[in-house]
Amino acid sequence: MEIDARGLSCPQPVIETRKAILSKVTSFSVLVDNIAAKENVTRYATVQHYDVVETTTEYGWKLDLEKR
Amino acid sequence: MNLSQEKKGLIVAGTITGIISVVLVLLGNPANMGFCIACFYRDIAGALSLHSAAVVQYARPEIIGLLLGSLFISIARKEFRPRGGSSPMIRFVISFFVMIGALVFLGCPFRMLLRLSGGDLNALVALAGFIAGIIAGVLLLNRGFTLGRSHTQSTVEGGAISGVFFALLLILLFIPSLLKFSTSGPGSMRAPVIISLAAGLIVGALAQRNRFCMAGGIRDLFLFRDSTLLLGSIMVLVAAFIMNLVTGNFHLGFTGQSVAHTDWLWNFLGMALVGYGSVLLGGCPLRQTILAGEGNSDSAMSVLGMVAGAAFAHNFGLASSAQGTTVGGRWATILGFVVITTIALVIIHTHKKEAVHGN
Repeated sequence: MEIDARGLSCPQPVIETRKAILSKVTSFSVLVDNIAAKENVTRYATVQHYDVVETTTEYGWKLDLEKR
Repeated sequence: MNLSQEKKGLIVAGTITGIISVVLVLLGNPANMGFCIACFYRDIAGALSLHSAAVVQYARPEIIGLLLGSLFISIARKEFRPRGGSSPMIRFVISFFVMIGALVFLGCPFRMLLRLSGGDLNALVALAGFIAGIIAGVLLLNRGFTLGRSHTQSTVEGGAISGVFFALLLILLFIPSLLKFSTSGPGSMRAPVIISLAAGLIVGALAQRNRFCMAGGIRDLFLFRDSTLLLGSIMVLVAAFIMNLVTGNFHLGFTGQSVAHTDWLWNFLGMALVGYGSVLLGGCPLRQTILAGEGNSDSAMSVLGMVAGAAFAHNFGLASSAQGTTVGGRWATILGFVVITTIALVIIHTHKKEAVHGN
């Protein structure tokens, strides 16, 4: 599963991530294109016990989230 | 990402920001108004003759510094990203009403913290309103409210607002006769230009680095019980409180506060409107200013919306004063809730329909 949060204003990337986590998805990716979104999603996911692996792409970042 | 590193950054940035805010007051700014994003855009609107309230006219260098500080640090850190095209007109309208709400209360969220640090208990009432507004905004976001995606723009588009404020700085420094300057009232109370500018540059850079947001901290706390972002705001409050205490500027109470009124209902509702609009915009007035510096032309529209809102607020007698709120201001606050809620519900409804029809 992949959430495309590119171009969305704060805090929508986090809200989309939260919806995925609440629906008990244990492994998914979030595409973001600004640093605030990257940091907010990473912080939220970490608090929710997900490991976050960050890959730089040409548009921004791909965050791979995996339940610990 | 190292969580504790992020928290350390916010603690340092918040503390420095709180100290600078009180220093600006000691050097001439109005009490509890080292920074006030709303008041300062209002003063700038006055300096440019967009309104004619003689007591609030001054091209505040703090704002120019905030925007340019964000611009410079984002260029240096390769974070300057020209983006825009996410419902610019709706952002203009929401920001317009955010400014109305702020001028009914007499302060943006930043000044609300500074008023609180100076012992102004009216700000506590406003804080409750601000939180209520944020919760209402988050409910709409959870129901699918969105202003749509932004897209990459040209460097000219992303840098235009910085160009405008740089031009304003040049006019302030070299052809001040083009601008209006209050000779009495809050607009006449000002720290030296160079110090105000430097303060703005430093706080602008810190706020850019730490994604400082008065609405974001409270939002994160309620949405997912995370207090990281809130730490920055708390440190501003604590640092300014200690500075006020040490310098004899702490006066606890509701009455006799500087540039403030005691109409609790409208302090609550004014700031509720600010919180409501800020969450839907994706950031408080300070954050919008910082984002505009980073090249976000949607936030640049928010800045213009706030300037327009400030001009209207004073041209049509909507802004409060130390004497209290105005009838027009109360109606405009209610109108703000109605307009923003209508916009939000139409957007949510349209998205649901599109989802059903598979568009």
